Amino acid sequence: MADFSLPKNSKVQPGKTWSAPVGAKRIKRIEVYRYDPESGENPRLDVFQIDLDRCAPMVLDALLLIKNEIDPTLAFRRSCREGVCGSCSMNIDGHNTLACTKAMDDCDEVIRIYPLPHLSVVKDLVPDMTHFYAQYAAIKPWIVTQTPPPADRERLQSKEERSKLDGLVECILCASCSTSCPSYWWNGDRYLGPAVLLQSYRWIVDSRDETTGERLDELEDPFKLYRCHTIMNCTDTCPKGLNPAKAIAEIKKLLVERQK
Amino acid sequence: MNYQTPLARARGLGSARQGSQDWWQQRVSAVALAPLSLWMAVNLSLLPDTTYAEVIHWMSLPWNTILLLSFILLTLYHAMMGLQVVIEDYVHNDWMKIIGMLGIKILTAFLALSTAFSVLRIVFVGGHG
Repeated sequence: MADFSLPKNSKVQPGKTWSAPVGAKRIKRIEVYRYDPESGENPRLDVFQIDLDRCAPMVLDALLLIKNEIDPTLAFRRSCREGVCGSCSMNIDGHNTLACTKAMDDCDEVIRIYPLPHLSVVKDLVPDMTHFYAQYAAIKPWIVTQTPPPADRERLQSKEERSKLDGLVECILCASCSTSCPSYWWNGDRYLGPAVLLQSYRWIVDSRDETTGERLDELEDPFKLYRCHTIMNCTDTCPKGLNPAKAIAEIKKLLVERQK
Repeated sequence: MNYQTPLARARGLGSARQGSQDWWQQRVSAVALAPLSLWMAVNLSLLPDTTYAEVIHWMSLPWNTILLLSFILLTLYHAMMGLQVVIEDYVHNDWMKIIGMLGIKILTAFLALSTAFSVLRIVFVGGHG
């Protein structure tokens, strides 16, 4: 059966509290999930009280402040700090999003930060994305053609054809959507999840690709595709404002269409 | 130890090349059941003020027989598909999955046959008393 409660060694315990620096006026309480699988200890929730006057506005800024000045052992991923790379996706206030584009002003009174749900934790806020990336690789996220490219130019695409890719190519593969999806939690080993299905649709509707049918063949599966029950958490949580649920619905429509 | 590469694990046994039919049939049966359920609910709400003989007569009218049978069969078919999805979602033990799937099919098939038989018997043989 699917596991509905955390195993004993995953229960989160209260952790350390780091009080605010002396003289701080605007104090923000941030609770951060900490876990080191090699320590053999249970995960814990550390409390950091930071001085907002010494911190830039985003949640990522607070995490950097914590790592630089309070606790250097805190582990998290980050790179571009402007919502383009998808590295700092995590669960903030119960919502998967990017720490770099989430303003602390838009957060709850106490900001609670956890890693993306239902992935193995490598350390603290760093989840293991191996399977997610492998699923992405499995859908062949590149153009596949039989016709050689024109000798003197690139493969052409009209403006209308290109516009079909809008809302798809903006995906940064942060995995916020897939890890917010209950179907992906229970059946992530076989279900591809919203992010990978959106990417798959991106190649299905690309006018330059010549393997639309093969791509649809690969998706026509009770688990790879049809575990999607239109729960819509994916669309609700996407930090880029994309709509993976719609992309999945379009794939389902194409699969019915080719039978008529 | 599992030395399979992540890609091999992600690909697994490949695509079953099916599932669209089930998905489409579940949608179609849902759409068909919307007006049928409404029709059924209206008629059920009239039951307290109706005598036994009137109900038997009502059931025997051809349109009512057809709609009633459609409602019963479609509801059970839709329920079978839905329960199958629940098992696929949550039951990950192979044996329990097989038993669950077969159990649902046997149960819904039995209910479909017995209710259809009951309706047809009432229509063609008549109720008792």
